[in-house]
Amino acid sequence: MGSFWRAFRRNKLAMIGGIVVACLALLAVLAPTISPWDPNRPDVRKILDPPSSRHPFGTDQLGRDVLSRMLHGSQVSLAVGFVSVGIAATIGILLGAAAGYHGGPVDAMIMRLVDLMLVFPRFFLLLAVLAFLKPSIWTIMAVIGLTGWMGVARLVRAEFLALKEREFVMWSQSTGASAFRIIWRHILPNAMAPVLVAMTLGIPAAILTESGLSFLGLGVQPPRATWGNILNEGKDAIELAWWLSVYPGVAILVTVLSYNLLGEGIRDALDPRLRQSGGRVVSRGR
Amino acid sequence: MFAYALRRLLLTLPLLVGITFVSFAVIHLAPGDPVEMQTGDMPAEAKRAYEQLRKEFGLDQPLPVQYWNWLNRLIRLDLGRSFAPHGRPVLTMIGERLPITLLLNIVEMLIIVALAVPIGVLSATRQYSTFDKVTTVFVFLGFATPDFWLALLLMILFGIQLGWLPISGLRSMNWEYMSFWQQQWDFLSHLVLPILVATFGGLAGFSRYMRQSMLEVIRQDYIQSARAKGLAERVVVGKHALRNALLPIVTILGLSLPGLIGGSVIVEWIFAIPGMGQLMVQAAFERDYPVLMGNLVIVSTLTLLANLAADLAYSLVDPRIRVSRRRR
Repeated sequence: MGSFWRAFRRNKLAMIGGIVVACLALLAVLAPTISPWDPNRPDVRKILDPPSSRHPFGTDQLGRDVLSRMLHGSQVSLAVGFVSVGIAATIGILLGAAAGYHGGPVDAMIMRLVDLMLVFPRFFLLLAVLAFLKPSIWTIMAVIGLTGWMGVARLVRAEFLALKEREFVMWSQSTGASAFRIIWRHILPNAMAPVLVAMTLGIPAAILTESGLSFLGLGVQPPRATWGNILNEGKDAIELAWWLSVYPGVAILVTVLSYNLLGEGIRDALDPRLRQSGGRVVSRGR
Repeated sequence: MFAYALRRLLLTLPLLVGITFVSFAVIHLAPGDPVEMQTGDMPAEAKRAYEQLRKEFGLDQPLPVQYWNWLNRLIRLDLGRSFAPHGRPVLTMIGERLPITLLLNIVEMLIIVALAVPIGVLSATRQYSTFDKVTTVFVFLGFATPDFWLALLLMILFGIQLGWLPISGLRSMNWEYMSFWQQQWDFLSHLVLPILVATFGGLAGFSRYMRQSMLEVIRQDYIQSARAKGLAERVVVGKHALRNALLPIVTILGLSLPGLIGGSVIVEWIFAIPGMGQLMVQAAFERDYPVLMGNLVIVSTLTLLANLAADLAYSLVDPRIRVSRRRR
């Protein structure tokens, strides 16, 4: 842990990313208290007011304060990021561990399932599911998680394949420990490093996906503010009110960038070897 | 080679069945049925109409029977008819839109490869140089920029502020009155912004990957020995290293297809381009399930075939693959 921290601290970009991530989390938690206005209170006298000292990010078509809406929207991003990655990681770890530990037909079955899921463009799958579900923040979390576990499953499987040949695993097998105990107590803790990195990099991907869905109008529904649906509403006033289209996008950009820097920093500090294999290839979360 | 191709082909068949299963299950296992959505909150007298509609679409039958019937029609390439008032065959609708999406994706892919390979090679051979640092910043921005937001910004800048480029559709209103060359130019100018947006994110990933691949190759012994032989650095990098560094790109291209097609959903929607992505979003809004299922099946089958082609191409250029199996 000490060496991890030393290596991580040397990476300035990762430190900045980590600090921004922490600040964003703080802002999201404090959103109800620090928002200057009620995010859902319309005001017909202030429709599409440009940024001013009273409304630093301007107001929208209903005269609602954009800054307050963005602060509340950051809660959605944060929650969707963490919960959907949690779901994806749980499924990925369970299936990846089963495949890697047992090998044989179990492995073949699970890996074919992974191949199958990867054949669908993620957005197509998401749209098909969301068409028939009541859109809510919970549905969004669930569907993003359920369509995003394949990377973790592959990672965990690869780690398990390598680790199960090691002496300490052989030794505990020879003492008669149950498969569950060996997986859970001996192999998994040693396989967690790349999973943690994948999870950290999965959060921004989930945030991007959620904002994309909300932008299309199939994600979290208004009046609940999210960065994606502020942009969606801003699109209709694009010629009148640039602030509706600019600020929420900057917020997404900064958030995703910070998580990515943090994730890559953690990866490099945990194990410089992982740098070679990349961890991420072309996943942009869609 | 033949044995490998055959084995690879055999692995594809269960995936095809899987595709039909997932496409069916995703839509039928979701709570609520499409007819219910169509009739909405009508009064009790609509109940009979609702039952009749359900019967008409075969929704009153058990799911396995429905799946079997759907499969039977699918094999004859009958994807059913759209639920939209026009009620057109789904296959015709897809047939109109697929070429546009394919065109977009192929152009994107070509641009991405044409730019990513030199960028990756340059930043790998000059690791930690200014060029490498600048491209790294660009890569991180590329990963973090939401494509729909980039699209909005470009629309504001080029479409509205400067008025240089059209921001919607594929043709101008007065298209019919243009000369042939004007029409071609008009079509191209409509494609500039969508392709720019779609290329941006993909370029980041690919150039990063190319850099990584190149870095791994130039550390190998045979590169050292090529240098030791006294070959010019240009030859060592351009010939010996590049060839091997390009190998994984073939697979990555195949694997990234669903991502590119999926990414074009939002781009098509924003720029009002009548492709598969736009059709999918419309169908999702209208809960037009024959279209949704048809789209899922067609797009994923195409992706599967593209992956297969990429794998076979890879095994052609790299004989090691045919011998050792498990590589992913």
